[in-house]
Amino acid sequence: MKGWKKRGAIVVGGLAAVGIASALVLNALNSNIALYVTPTEVAAGKAPKLAAFRIGGLVKEGSLKRDNLVVHFVMTDMAHDVPVSYKGILPDLFKEGKGAVVQGKMETTGDFTASEVLAKHDENYMPPEAKQALDQAQKTKDAAKP
Amino acid sequence: MTPEIGHFALILALCVSLVQGTLPLIGAHKGRAEWLALARPAAQTTFVMLSISFAALAWSFYVNDFSVQYVAAHSNSQLPTLFRFGAVWGGHEGSLLLWVLLMAAWGIAVAHYSKTLDDTMVARVLGVLGLVSTGLLLFILFTSNPFDRLLPAAADGRDLNPLLQDPGLVFHPPVLYMGYVGFAVAFSFAIAALLSGRLDAAWVRWTRPWTIAAWIFLTWGIAAGSWWAYYELGWGGWWFWDPVENASFMPWLLGTALLHSLAVTEKRGSFKSWTVLLAIGAFSLSLLGTFLVRSGVLTSVHAFATDPRRGVFILALLVLVVGSSLVLFAWRAPKVALGGSFGAMSRESLLLTGNVLLVVACAAVLLGTLYPLIIDALGLGKISVGPPYFNAVFVPIMVPVVFLLAAVPLAKWKNTDIKDLALRLWIPGVLALLSAWLIPVAMGGWTAPTAMGCALTVWVAASGVLQIAHRLKSGMPPPSFWGMHLGHLGIAVFVFGVTMVGGFQEEQDVKMSPGDTVSVGGYQFKLIKVSDVMGPNYKASRGEFEVTGAGSSLNMLYPEKRNYFSSTMPMTEAAIDAGFTRDVYVSLGEALDGNAWAIRVYFKPFVDWIWGGCLLMALGGLFAMSDRRYRLKVKARVAEKVSFKGARA
Repeated sequence: MKGWKKRGAIVVGGLAAVGIASALVLNALNSNIALYVTPTEVAAGKAPKLAAFRIGGLVKEGSLKRDNLVVHFVMTDMAHDVPVSYKGILPDLFKEGKGAVVQGKMETTGDFTASEVLAKHDENYMPPEAKQALDQAQKTKDAAKP
Repeated sequence: MTPEIGHFALILALCVSLVQGTLPLIGAHKGRAEWLALARPAAQTTFVMLSISFAALAWSFYVNDFSVQYVAAHSNSQLPTLFRFGAVWGGHEGSLLLWVLLMAAWGIAVAHYSKTLDDTMVARVLGVLGLVSTGLLLFILFTSNPFDRLLPAAADGRDLNPLLQDPGLVFHPPVLYMGYVGFAVAFSFAIAALLSGRLDAAWVRWTRPWTIAAWIFLTWGIAAGSWWAYYELGWGGWWFWDPVENASFMPWLLGTALLHSLAVTEKRGSFKSWTVLLAIGAFSLSLLGTFLVRSGVLTSVHAFATDPRRGVFILALLVLVVGSSLVLFAWRAPKVALGGSFGAMSRESLLLTGNVLLVVACAAVLLGTLYPLIIDALGLGKISVGPPYFNAVFVPIMVPVVFLLAAVPLAKWKNTDIKDLALRLWIPGVLALLSAWLIPVAMGGWTAPTAMGCALTVWVAASGVLQIAHRLKSGMPPPSFWGMHLGHLGIAVFVFGVTMVGGFQEEQDVKMSPGDTVSVGGYQFKLIKVSDVMGPNYKASRGEFEVTGAGSSLNMLYPEKRNYFSSTMPMTEAAIDAGFTRDVYVSLGEALDGNAWAIRVYFKPFVDWIWGGCLLMALGGLFAMSDRRYRLKVKARVAEKVSFKGARA
C-alpha cells in the first residue's frame, strides 16, 4: 500500500474510532449523570422532577425508623429536611448525625426514594457534597440574620 | 528518638535524591564521567536512607509510640501486631513514604541489573528517577510528614480503620504501589531515550522487562484490591468504577498498550514515538491517581480526610512532570521517530488498532472520572457519574480489543493475507458462535450480553489453544510465546467470570429470624442463630447459617457484624463459601425488631474466575519477562550499540 493511502486509512480509522467513542461517551453521560442537590434546593423546588439525583447532607438525629427491610430517615442541611426511604441494607457507616449521600428519585408525595446510600471508608470523613450543603445552609442563615 | 532518626533520614534522602536527579543528568549532557558515576551510589544511598526512615516509622508503630501523630491516628495498643505493621501504610503519610521507598527500590534494581548498559544511559534513567523522587520527598516533608510529634502524647491511638484490619490490606497497597511506581522506570527510560535521541533495539530490550514487571505488579495489585473489596466491604461487588479504582485502572490500560507497542518497537522498530508517549502517559496517570486519592477532590470510598495544600502540591508536581516531558517529547521525538513500514493488514496494524482502542478506553474512563471535577470547576453545579456510564462506554470499546486477541498472534509482520487468517480462525469462530447460544441457555437464560461474553471467551481461548498446539509441533516455544498466550487466556477466563456474574448472579436482601430458610441460586440458607463472640479488639454478633446445595453438600457459614472497641464504627464481615464454579455469600445487615436480622444472600457463579484470569495474566507477564533474550544477548548488544554509534556519526 502506498504511503499516502496508508496514512489516509489510519486517519480515517482514527477519526472513526474517536467519533464512535465520542458518541458512546456523550450518550452515556447524558443518561447517567446525577446532579447533587442540597435539602434547601429540594425545598425550593430546584430538584429534577423526573431524573434521579443525589442529596448530600446529614442524617437527622432521631429520624431513623425501620420497617422490616424498609428504612426511613431524614436528610437535613440544618435548614431544610427531606424525608427519605430506602429498601435494603444500609452501609456500616450510616449513622444519625453523620454525613451521607443518597441517590434516587423524588416521589409525587414529596418523599425521596433512595436506590443507593453511599458509604465511606472512614468515620471521620465527610463527603464534600454533604459538607457543601451544610456550609451553604449556614451561609443563608447568617445572611438572614440582622 | 527513633522518629527523629526517621525524620532525619528522610531529609538526607531528599538531599541525596536531589544529587541523583541533577549531577548525573548534567554529567550525561556534558560528558563528565565522574558525574555520571554518581548515579548508582546515589540511588543506593537514597534507598538506604528511605529504608531507615521507613523502619523508624514501623518501629514507632510496633512499640505504640503515640507521641507520633501519625501513629496515634492510625493505631491502637489493642491492635494485633500484623495489622500494626499494615497500619504503617494505612494512612496518607505512611502510604506516601511507602511510595517513595518502593520507587527507590526500583532505582537500585535498575542500578544493579544495568551493569552492561552504558553509563550515560544508566545515569539518565537514574537521574530522572531521582528528580521524581525529589518532588515526592518535598511533598512528604512539607505537607505530610509522618514523623510529626503530638505533644502531649496521646494516651492511646485512634485505631486503624476497621475496614483496613484485614490481611488483604497488608499486601494490597504495597503490590499496587510497586506497579504504579514501576511505571516510573519505563518513564525514566523514555525520557532518557528522548534526552539522548537514541531509541534502538537495545533500548527496547532494556525497557521491556521493566515495563512487564511493573505491569505484573499493577495487575496483581488491582486484582487483590478487587478481591479485597469483594470479601471485606460486604457489598458483594468486585468493581465499582470508584474514582480511585479508575485511578489504578487507567495506568493499567496504558501500560497494557505500552507492552504491545514495545513488542512492535522491538521486532520491527516501528511505533517509536508512540511507545515513548505511552510510557509518559502511563506514569503521568499513576501520578494523577496519587493526586485523586490524596487530594480528596473526588467523593470516593477511598478518600482520606483532606488538606487542600496537598492537592495543590501534587497537582503542581503533576503539571510539572507531564508538561516538561511533553515539551521534551515535542522537541526531541522527531529524532527517534524512524521505523519500518507496514501494510494495512499486518500484525503491526492490528496491534496499532488494539493500542488505539486501549487508549480511547482509557480516555473514556479518564473523562468519566474527571467530569464531575470539570463541571464543578466551571461552576455548573455538582454532579456524579455513575457505573452505568462506564459500563456503557467501556464495554463496547473493549469488545473489539478482545476480538483482536485471537487474530493478532496469527497475523504476520509487515503484511498478512486475510485468507490465511480466516483459514486458521474458522474453527474458533464456529465454536464461539455455538457457545454464544449453548452456554447462556444451559445457565438458564439467553441474553445478548451473556452471548457476547461467552462468544468472546471461547473465541480467544480456542484460538489460543489451537495456536499453542500448532506451535508445539515444531518444538518447544520460548517463554515469551507462553507468556503471550497465558496472558490472553487470562483475558478469556476473566471475561467468562465477568459474563457469568453479570448475567446469572442472584442477590436477595431478606429479613430472617432463627429457623427461617431462604433459597437463592438453588441453595437453601437456614439461619440457626445469631450469637455474640469476642475477638482480640472487637465484639461481634455472629450468624450461623446452614447451607444446603443442589449437590446436597452441607456447609456452615459464619458472617459477623463487628464492633471495634476503639471506634464507633461497625464492620460487616461477610462469610463466603468459595468454589470453582460458584461462590455463595452471606452477610449480616442490621438487627431488626425481635431477634430478626436483615440478611444479604448472594449466589455468584464463576466469580473467582475474575481474579483467576488476572492471576493468569500476571503469570503470563512473568513468563514473558523470563525470556532468555533479555538476559543472554548482553554481549551481542554491546557490539550492536557500537555499530549504532558508528552509524550515527
